[in-house]
Amino acid sequence: MASLDDLKKRISSVKSTQKITKAMKMVAAAKLRRAQESAEKGRPYSDKMNNIIINLSNGISDIDNAPKLLSGTGEDKVHLCVVMTSDRGLCGGFNTNIIKKAKLYFQKILDEGKTLKIITVGTKGYDQLKRLYGDNIIERISFKDSKNVNYFDADKVGKIVIEKFDKKEFDVCAIFYNQFKNVITQIPQEQQIIPLKTSEKEENSSEDNYEFEPEEDEILSNLLPKNISTQIFKAMLENSASEQGSRMSAMDNATRNAGEMVDKLTIEYNRSRQAAITKELIEIISGAESL
Amino acid sequence: MSEEYSLEIVNPEKSFLSKNDVTEVVVPAFEGEIGILKDHISIISFLKPGIIKIFSKSGEESFYVNDGIIEFKDNNLSILTSLILNLKDIDKEKITEIQKSAEEELNKSDINDQEKYLLDQKLEVLKSIN
Repeated sequence: MASLDDLKKRISSVKSTQKITKAMKMVAAAKLRRAQESAEKGRPYSDKMNNIIINLSNGISDIDNAPKLLSGTGEDKVHLCVVMTSDRGLCGGFNTNIIKKAKLYFQKILDEGKTLKIITVGTKGYDQLKRLYGDNIIERISFKDSKNVNYFDADKVGKIVIEKFDKKEFDVCAIFYNQFKNVITQIPQEQQIIPLKTSEKEENSSEDNYEFEPEEDEILSNLLPKNISTQIFKAMLENSASEQGSRMSAMDNATRNAGEMVDKLTIEYNRSRQAAITKELIEIISGAESL
Repeated sequence: MSEEYSLEIVNPEKSFLSKNDVTEVVVPAFEGEIGILKDHISIISFLKPGIIKIFSKSGEESFYVNDGIIEFKDNNLSILTSLILNLKDIDKEKITEIQKSAEEELNKSDINDQEKYLLDQKLEVLKSIN
């Protein structure tokens, strides 16, 4: 059994760890509220953007001449995956879940004999993927310096994606992120952004006759790149809310575990202290008796 | 019959402005300014850098936008834009900053005519407010 002194040291060390995890939980909770708010505030923009695009693509008569971003290159050989993770750790299964989802997809792509290219957003994703897929990673982006998620960061990623698309470096692009459902549940998502899937045509976006200025095609070719940035931005917002939620519950668990550990160690400490006292008493009594 | 319709301006971060008593909005559309009154035909268009003017019962307001898309349908006008600034409480430094980056962009060699046109527009507008 460990000596009394050792136990004391361990108790105080667990207690200070508990203090840290508790503080992290509080910080995550505060940040979560903000992240959740901005995720909610960001929704109208992406929803409206989506609506307009659906309306527009319904209006397009000549599918063959539709912009490539909408209809794709017609091939399915090179896949580009944008894996979005956090820059910081200690957030439970947040990053691992995204990576797991992404790896499944990667495996499928490679099994089919297609080429895989990866862009990682956030340092943690790169750290987890570099061993297995190091050669496939063509770009790594990190926004460690920006305090909050902002549109211009998303726009940067979007521009990189589009630039590569224009150079015909890939045919299909998918993004991976965590969708924020609630504090305990975050669902890893896989979303294809190029070519755009417009299968979810809404009922209310009927065949309204819109006046377009300039022509549909021109609007679409201007709008689609923006839509990509918007989708990435939405994913980033969802991701940051998920990250904080995940960190909050992870730290909550850690705090609770630390509490349990302190209780267990305290009992052990008290027991061995009692044992020591009893031992001393026996020594004294038996010493007195022998006189 | 009232002459009012509703307007919503959203940027990626939030819903920037929402009004129900708008009588006219003038937007810098790509092919020239458009004034939109009530019962305008449904229209989708995109914007070049410029000034949005909003006339409503409560007065007139002006905003600078960097770019954007407008959609008008059933007397609802939605404006989506990545950057919008209220001209009333505008920050001179911010304007200068945008102006500078636009100038830098313009000096790059690998821009096409359309981009150049947009940047020229941007600078012109910025100079006029500054």
